[in-house]
Amino acid sequence: MTQHSTSTMSVARAIATKDLRIEWRSKVLVNQVLPFAGIVMVLFAFALDNDGILQRVAPGLVWLAVLFSSLIIVQRTFAIESADNALDAIKVAGVSSAGVFLGKSVALVVQLLLFEGVLVLLSLVLYQVHLSWGGAVLLVTVSFLANIGIAAMGALYGGLGAAAKGRETLLPLLLLPAVAPVLIAATRATESAFGVGGATLGEGWPWVALLAVFGALFTFGGTLAFGVLTEE
Amino acid sequence: MSSVDEAVRLHNAVVLLGSFPALAEASLVVKKGEIVLISGANGAGKTTLLRLCAGLVPLARGEATVLGFNLATQRKEAQAHVGMLGHANGLYLDLTAQENLQFWGAVVGASTREIELSAQRMGLHTRLLGTTVAKMSAGQRRRTALAILIIRRASLWLLDEPHAGLDAAGRDEIDKILREATSAGATVIVASHELERAGALATRRIEVVGGAIVERGAQ
Repeated sequence: MTQHSTSTMSVARAIATKDLRIEWRSKVLVNQVLPFAGIVMVLFAFALDNDGILQRVAPGLVWLAVLFSSLIIVQRTFAIESADNALDAIKVAGVSSAGVFLGKSVALVVQLLLFEGVLVLLSLVLYQVHLSWGGAVLLVTVSFLANIGIAAMGALYGGLGAAAKGRETLLPLLLLPAVAPVLIAATRATESAFGVGGATLGEGWPWVALLAVFGALFTFGGTLAFGVLTEE
Repeated sequence: MSSVDEAVRLHNAVVLLGSFPALAEASLVVKKGEIVLISGANGAGKTTLLRLCAGLVPLARGEATVLGFNLATQRKEAQAHVGMLGHANGLYLDLTAQENLQFWGAVVGASTREIELSAQRMGLHTRLLGTTVAKMSAGQRRRTALAILIIRRASLWLLDEPHAGLDAAGRDEIDKILREATSAGATVIVASHELERAGALATRRIEVVGGAIVERGAQ
């Protein structure tokens, strides 16, 4: 029988569209992850009940809430593959592993961007931080680039853990240390965007460059490693 | 018989699940165009045999070739020509049947016409196509999964209890599709406990006993 053939980009587009459609329909991000992150942000505010401290640490709190919530989003994105063993079907189809990885990563970036938009608005209200237009531009750039790094590592380790026993506990152990550099760079850049601790906008852009490097490295490495790590 | 005529060749193949040999020095040759029925008790190794042929479990020892590709070194190449329907259907429960078919069509590069034809073949009419898989019956899900296999145009079909959950008409349709697939050059390996039903379809039967393969002859 004559076989079909598709490019890596076609596979990536199909995977990303499918993941976003499932998320749109199931509304797990809106109904479960956002409320969870909101509660975490409020609890931070209660725990650090001092406007001065809250404003000072707001960038770190936002990114910690993003990281913890991203664990749920990543687990969810691979849970839909395991529910009826679709991941095996994808493997048997001999589909480009790079395409699957890139598609998963793109869908995660989109979800994380929407999610962070709400968290940043929440932080402006809860932590009473100031955001100028220049800061907003910096913050959007930071969010986009940081999400590429988080999504790439999330797709890689989410795929690795999808077939493993105890995946719920394995994913945080693998993912959190791997994205620590992203957390540090994103927090420093967000400090500049919020203008806390005397940080200026100009100080934030070198961190943006570092985030771009992390994003490129993680995506490149993930594209190469995903097939090998998820094969067994 | 030359290797060109062979869809599957296993020689003393060993597959370990942990430290347990799920397949123990299994040897098998399946010719192209055959429909081979695998029988055997629960846990004998039928599913593992199918998963080995699909490249889903690694070969610990021995040799395994599928459609001319060595599974030890060319697993991905072999998989591009293999379609497998296991106990699970491999569907996305939050998507409709139509969206599942469209997704697989996009992934494997099938045309809209091919998707429509495969849906028609499996009796997935308009209302059913618009139904979310999570709301479908077991039989309807099986039909959707089989429609995807048709879209895949696989050269080697590996089916684990394909008749499970289907009504009489669905079972007849599967048998018809499998016969047509072999007429078009495909090879089919079916694991089933329903020896009468699947036996009538098969050209040959093998039995898996304790991880080893025993020939039971032509049907």
